[in-house]
Amino acid sequence: MCLSVPGKVIEIDGTKGTVDVAGNTVETDFTVTPDVQPGDWVLVHAGFAIQQYDADEAEATLRMLREAFEGTE
Amino acid sequence: MSIPENGYRDNELARRILDRIHTAMAGLDGVRLMEVCGTHTMAIGRFGLRAAMPDGLDLLSGPGCPVCVTPGSYIDAAARLAADGVTVVTFGDMVRVPGKETSLESARAAGGRVIVAGSVTAALDIAHREPGEVVFLAVGFETTAPTIAAAVRAARAEGSDNFSVLVSHKLVPPALRLIQDDPECAVSGFILPGHVSTIIGVAPYAFLVDEYSVPGVIAGFEPVDVLAGIESLVRMVRDGEPAVRNEYRRVVRREGNPAARAVVDEVFEPADTAWRGIGRVPLSGLRLRPDYAAFDAARRYGIDLDEYELPAGCRCGDVMRGRMEPADCPLFGDACTPDSPTGPCMVSVEGACSVRHKYEGK
Repeated sequence: MCLSVPGKVIEIDGTKGTVDVAGNTVETDFTVTPDVQPGDWVLVHAGFAIQQYDADEAEATLRMLREAFEGTE
Repeated sequence: MSIPENGYRDNELARRILDRIHTAMAGLDGVRLMEVCGTHTMAIGRFGLRAAMPDGLDLLSGPGCPVCVTPGSYIDAAARLAADGVTVVTFGDMVRVPGKETSLESARAAGGRVIVAGSVTAALDIAHREPGEVVFLAVGFETTAPTIAAAVRAARAEGSDNFSVLVSHKLVPPALRLIQDDPECAVSGFILPGHVSTIIGVAPYAFLVDEYSVPGVIAGFEPVDVLAGIESLVRMVRDGEPAVRNEYRRVVRREGNPAARAVVDEVFEPADTAWRGIGRVPLSGLRLRPDYAAFDAARRYGIDLDEYELPAGCRCGDVMRGRMEPADCPLFGDACTPDSPTGPCMVSVEGACSVRHKYEGK
């Protein structure tokens, strides 16, 4: 039930806006993510953007995992 | 720019991490790791991770499915509201769950108005459009509570006096404490819920190490996320160096989401709450603060949510605490299947029994 999906913010007007989630435009509430801007990536849960998705951190974590687990044949 | 989620589904990387789990488990036995999030239950089932684990390492599903832990009295009360002409709006998972006497599905078949929605916003919209009474079924953990709190606050600001919420929110840290306080349940480490943690951050888990010397890893939901979390936990168990680690940094900040917590704190306060099959747990849930009592459906309709009985023979309470494997329940697979479920853990698509039956058949 805590299922949440990443998407890219299309537009925001006050606390309401839309997010592109895998090609679908999803009505989204931004009450709890007031600093988000159009173009940002967010995590959407139950119609609300609940947190920013940090794409740089996602790359960095993945790079770190690839280094940590390389060559363990 | 796109996001690198696909990288977390990299089979080759997943296989290497799995190899490392097997290596790290050498000489270890009786390692019990528990996840407490239905989305993790689903991920472990769907990706077949349980069967890939080495001997001596068990993956358990804790009380992390909100639908499963919602009291039967709550289901009955919601169904009665629908039968009495109230529009009941709910997340879809709740519809088939049996209470003690009835279910929302039965209430709907009998002509009650039960509307499935993906967001509380839909309920508020109906309350704006129509004069009738609208109740939203507010279940879920810390991830969902901010959305309900925001809607209740908006309803008060807009004077939507035909809208209310029936609250059965639960909190994750008291559930972890419940598990570790019971010697029959205590686990070696926790796979901590990624999306709950986007809200509460890292600090609320510190007691795991300080008071119970048990490690926890905040993990995402792709195969690489879950496997890396397990690998990290196994090493901490092996080395006797428990810590709480955040391995889902792309969405979990150390401080969580303070704006979300502020809305929750404004509207809700901690309260004792009943967990189905487990019982009443002190300060393990939320209730509306007195300022928002007008939006409390339990108060408005005189509903008492203080019982937590399970259907006869159902052992969901033991399954959710890691005391029993789903297949060891006498009803599992016979009197209780996904097509004809008896207990809440089989009804919910992310319940421990349903996931086990669907993906492992046992």
